[in-house]
Amino acid sequence: MSYIAGSFATAFGRHEGQDTLGLMTQAATGALADAGLERGDIDGIICGYSTTMPHLMLATVFAEHFGIRPRYAAALQLGGATGLAMAATAHFVIQSKAASRLLIVAGENRLSGQTRDSAIQALAQVGHPRYEVPLGTTVPAYYGLIASAYLDGRGAGEADLAELAVAMRSHAVDSPGAHYREPITVEDVLVSRAVAEPLKLLDCCPVSDGGAAMVVTGDQVNDHCLRVLGSGQAHQHQHVSVVPDLLSYGAGPSSRMALDEAGIGLDRIRYAAVYDSFTVTLALLLEEIGLAPPGQAGALARDGHFSPGGAVPLNTHGGLLSYGHCGVAGAMSHMAELQRQLTGRAGARQIPGQPDVALLHGDGGVMSSHTSMVVALP
Amino acid sequence: MTVADWTTGEPQLVVLSCGGCGNVWYFHRPFCPRCGRPDPDEVASAGRGRVVATTVVHRAPSDEWRPLVPYTLVLVDLDEGVRVMAHAASGTAIGDTVGATFEERAGRLVPVFTPA
Repeated sequence: MSYIAGSFATAFGRHEGQDTLGLMTQAATGALADAGLERGDIDGIICGYSTTMPHLMLATVFAEHFGIRPRYAAALQLGGATGLAMAATAHFVIQSKAASRLLIVAGENRLSGQTRDSAIQALAQVGHPRYEVPLGTTVPAYYGLIASAYLDGRGAGEADLAELAVAMRSHAVDSPGAHYREPITVEDVLVSRAVAEPLKLLDCCPVSDGGAAMVVTGDQVNDHCLRVLGSGQAHQHQHVSVVPDLLSYGAGPSSRMALDEAGIGLDRIRYAAVYDSFTVTLALLLEEIGLAPPGQAGALARDGHFSPGGAVPLNTHGGLLSYGHCGVAGAMSHMAELQRQLTGRAGARQIPGQPDVALLHGDGGVMSSHTSMVVALP
Repeated sequence: MTVADWTTGEPQLVVLSCGGCGNVWYFHRPFCPRCGRPDPDEVASAGRGRVVATTVVHRAPSDEWRPLVPYTLVLVDLDEGVRVMAHAASGTAIGDTVGATFEERAGRLVPVFTPA
């Protein structure tokens, strides 16, 4: 048995003068406070990585910096899937009894700590160093290729994808920590400047500074813990050039594995936290998981299906598309929001009828690494 | 194993083929990623195929690529049975039948697909 006992996301945006360890410290401090625990209560730590602070041993660097001496430490690297994979690893570690109260933490000054070219070039390295990157690729270009295949294969239009950006922005309006909070329209998305057609600027998440952390425990240490019911993963490729089916990437088997371990069906899910680096990422994941019929993710968003009052509220803090994306911590903000929604602590964003069971899904690379988790009120 | 293809300055796409299990693949390594057999056969591709994905890059990753925007990238399923990423002529669309040419772009030789 393991529980998400605490979580915290800093505001995302431009935090001039903040560095990786500083943002990780803010996030860890927030998550510990949310869990009601002290440094000395933590016996395990899992960290990700930071493009602005590459280090062989980030977990122990942070443990020393923050002031904890864990009996379990690990650093994990699965791109955007890292945050949720760290939570899943904590779940496994607790089951194995190697540690009982783990801190999971990430942070990065991805926006202010480097030039935009540096960020773009560093991220493009998820592509093949010999057969893809030398062609002048970027992450938006990899996803632009995927988006063209999605639009063609599903008969959807660019306006359908735009609906997902509009939905995420509408959620961010009430989300004080979000990088972008001004409402946008489908037309705004469609006329925003082309980045990697068919993707425009507003189809893409921003590059942000920020941090996020969670505390995962084997015991219920407070009255707002969520129980981890199941997790799943799928890793079918690294590079987009070798994806056998450009409409199916592994989110299906990953989420089914998590639901099977939880012993529930998709129809039981009342809240979804799904990785949304680009509008097309979100469309493909929602559809492959089964939270939207093929080609219909945008149409459902337009109809309010994923809004706070809808059937399956999704990323109610604004998601990566509007809350922002600072690397590993990016998708961990989805967990912080989800925990608040399920435990009735989401304030102005609280979903009516407080959802009780949620599915999380993260994707890393170019739809390469998939991690899913089902959590619920205990 | 150093395959002579566009990545080493030779104007061709090379497909690797396993003499044991018949697997074909593109990203070069000196063994078959399906059965593990070493020493795959190198097959020069005829460079013909069908486009399965396209994007037009407007935001270049670096100074060397900036003067070339907008440029079109594609995924092409070659007749030899592998998928490759490459540049393509402006206006190339999914479903197009294309053939490979090779051009110097941003200081290196790259495959550029044009209508076949």
